[in-house]
Amino acid sequence: MMKRRDFLKNTAVIVAGASVSLSAVEWLDPKEILAANPQLRWGFLVNTHKCVGCGFCVKACKIENDIPLEANVTRTWVERYVIKKDGDVVMDSPKGALNGFTTKLVDQNHSGMTLVPEKEIAQAFFVPKLCNHCETPACVQVCPVGATYQAADGVVLVDRTWCIGCGYCIMGCPYGVRFFHPVEHVADKCTFCYHRISNGGNSACAQACPFGARQIGNLRDPDDPVAQALMNERVGVLRDEYGTKPQVFYIGLNKEVR
Amino acid sequence: MKNHVWRPLFVVIAMVIGILLFRAVYVPSDFGAQERGYTFGYHRLSNEQEWKEYPAKYKATEYCNECHDDKVEEVASAHHAMIPCENCHGAAFGHPDNPEKLAIDRSRELCIRCHAKLTMPTSDRNDIPGIDPAQHNQGDECSECHNPHNPSLEDM
Repeated sequence: MMKRRDFLKNTAVIVAGASVSLSAVEWLDPKEILAANPQLRWGFLVNTHKCVGCGFCVKACKIENDIPLEANVTRTWVERYVIKKDGDVVMDSPKGALNGFTTKLVDQNHSGMTLVPEKEIAQAFFVPKLCNHCETPACVQVCPVGATYQAADGVVLVDRTWCIGCGYCIMGCPYGVRFFHPVEHVADKCTFCYHRISNGGNSACAQACPFGARQIGNLRDPDDPVAQALMNERVGVLRDEYGTKPQVFYIGLNKEVR
Repeated sequence: MKNHVWRPLFVVIAMVIGILLFRAVYVPSDFGAQERGYTFGYHRLSNEQEWKEYPAKYKATEYCNECHDDKVEEVASAHHAMIPCENCHGAAFGHPDNPEKLAIDRSRELCIRCHAKLTMPTSDRNDIPGIDPAQHNQGDECSECHNPHNPSLEDM
């Protein structure tokens, strides 16, 4: 005859033992562990409060990545938003802010340079833009030849020897960050400065920013400052509704920002 | 089967074999679906390494500090400490070998990137001391009065 105490004890041991061995089998599948937690996923954090619109990031990016300074294309740019008290939004980005914002006049294209009177301004701020290195990038899906792709660490790159210059990806990107390289004659985009971050450096734009408005980091490393900020601060992404899962996160994003 | 059926069929078979041969020669062996699968990772794997080897132009303040530690220390205690050397002095490239000297940007346009007064109520730009470039000593270089390494107005 088995005592009730022994029966419960044995049952507990067997149940615990069985569940441990089952979970151990699941844990030991290396593919699944890797798929669930790869060691590296690059992400970017922009603090719009800290950005002062100096445009040093744009200049550094262009020089670092051999994008002609005066060509009307850029891998990153800064936008100025001026929100008026009556709700109107005026914004501009002269030359992508290559030379910063040095005048109160806002470039309104056909309507010319507009001065918003000081007493009418409710909010005014800068928003740096760059490739979002999406988790499900639309630009990669539309490439007909396999020239643009996503590396295992999340960075979206273009194979310049393979690109045929069809421009599908330029049209496919919801953020308009791709352009036709005027010298290389292929599609071009921000690489998160792959050559710098892969060799232990910082991206050229983040390094050139005197105010720490731009930060690049490993989203899989819980001790990384960017990963920490994503956990502890209120961040937003651009155009979430496109379902591309962008990996550039913004602190202080307004609904007026497109 | 009749000859008139075989002859065009031979042409088609020859074309298919030709295309397959061309493909085998032209497409690199490391081309295919990589870690991100067929949808997002279909590419030539060695291109990742090629991008990693792209030459860097900016070398960061730590690099400048290897020789110009006196200057780096001088700036470190001033208001401009947060500005990387290369923002004004230009990207290092292969300095000191090539180029031997860097071209310093002393233009007003550089300074007013931050110091042109704008009305930006919800941006840190509002807190930076600013001037109206059209009114403030027009035509003079800023560095004639202000020391860029120590811009404190008390020390002027």
